[in-house]
Amino acid sequence: MSWLYATMPIAGVEVFWPGLLILGFGVGIIGGFFGMGGGWMVTPGLNILGFPMAFAIGTDIAHMAGKSLISTVRHARFGNVDYRLGSIMMGGTVAGFEAGAQIVMWLERIGRVEPFMRGGYFALLSAIACVIFTDVARTRRRDREALSSGRPPDALSRGIEWHKRLHRIRIPPVVEFKTAGIRCSVWLPVAVSFVTGLLAGILGIGGGLIRMPSLIYLVGCPTHVAVGTDLFEVAVSGLYGAASYSYKGRTELLAAVIMLVGAAVGAQIGTVATKYVQGYGIRLFFGFAVLGCAVSMAFKMIGAAWPAAAWFFDTAATVLILALVSGLALYIVGRFLRGVREELAAARVRPPAQGAPR
Amino acid sequence: MARFTVLARGVVRRPWAALPFAALLLPSAALAARGGAVMVWVADSRRYSGWKAWWTNLYNESHLLFALVTIVVIPLLGLLLGALADFAMARIGINLKSRAQGEH
Repeated sequence: MSWLYATMPIAGVEVFWPGLLILGFGVGIIGGFFGMGGGWMVTPGLNILGFPMAFAIGTDIAHMAGKSLISTVRHARFGNVDYRLGSIMMGGTVAGFEAGAQIVMWLERIGRVEPFMRGGYFALLSAIACVIFTDVARTRRRDREALSSGRPPDALSRGIEWHKRLHRIRIPPVVEFKTAGIRCSVWLPVAVSFVTGLLAGILGIGGGLIRMPSLIYLVGCPTHVAVGTDLFEVAVSGLYGAASYSYKGRTELLAAVIMLVGAAVGAQIGTVATKYVQGYGIRLFFGFAVLGCAVSMAFKMIGAAWPAAAWFFDTAATVLILALVSGLALYIVGRFLRGVREELAAARVRPPAQGAPR
Repeated sequence: MARFTVLARGVVRRPWAALPFAALLLPSAALAARGGAVMVWVADSRRYSGWKAWWTNLYNESHLLFALVTIVVIPLLGLLLGALADFAMARIGINLKSRAQGEH
């Protein structure tokens, strides 16, 4: 069975290559559906497959850039990418990310980086999950109330509307983002991207996990446009990250390419699946993904504080992440297959348009 | 202030033109990477032949070229594989050009 193992020329490790293919496929599905790079899933996955941590991060970022590009192109065809918004946010993200990296250097100098990062990450993920679940619960309650009073529910209403207050701050220049359907001060997306970039830089993550909900709740994007626009940003910032890690000699291109083959298929499935799921369905499952991530981080924190049981909590954290990735990927594939079946069935019973060839 | 407003409007009209300015932030990334022990990784090119030997030699000789090849290969391959997957998806017969609008 040696053919199932490939030697990675730079890292010099033997890796089970079908594992890379499956990892790329799974993360491609989830990334295309939720609009994020998925570093929180891939880096531990690569580490489990035998990559040294430094190579795991660089390889993950390189594959993330290619995978996000595939998803962006597909989302753009559905009209889910606001390039103007994404381009404006990119500057803020890069500046915020670098400021975050400087803060990490300062924290390292005073020796507080590990507890601060883990605690901060846990608090942030918990807060995002709370916001999403509150939003979904309020919207469902509103829908139920509308139905019980005999009115149809408003398909575009939202449970949390912080963006409306932020849109009232009209510091010039005020611009219109046509695809996202919003009009606001240009400083709003710049500020949001700077803060999300700063947090991503401090926490050492790509940022999609924070930026996607920020695009929805603070900038006011519809869910599908938030997913597509975030992927556009991930693709460009991922290339920057890939260049940076490759220049430092910490990228294994062969592994990234194998993962990209799986991700190309997965990203198509994940992206097309968004066609069959309403915005709040995406939000709800994103909330579950974030919650699972927070619990996994809590396990790691308990393991760090209680060394005698560290092995147990570290293993539990890894198992939870893998179970979460598998569960979410299976759910998305299921929705994709159901949607395709229904669409094809509807196309079969629909009468052909007048003048169309029979 | 007026000049700043004109510049900001220009950036809004042509956001792509502002991207090269982001490159100005790159030196700060290099500064941020300072400090700590520098670990030098050397790939063992003696173990390989063919493209693997070429690749490991490129890595050992120039990280700059290695990085350039990486950031050219990744998007090109992404676009190629994406186009292939897109082609296969189009064979299923579903509408891949639009989606229904709606949040819930």
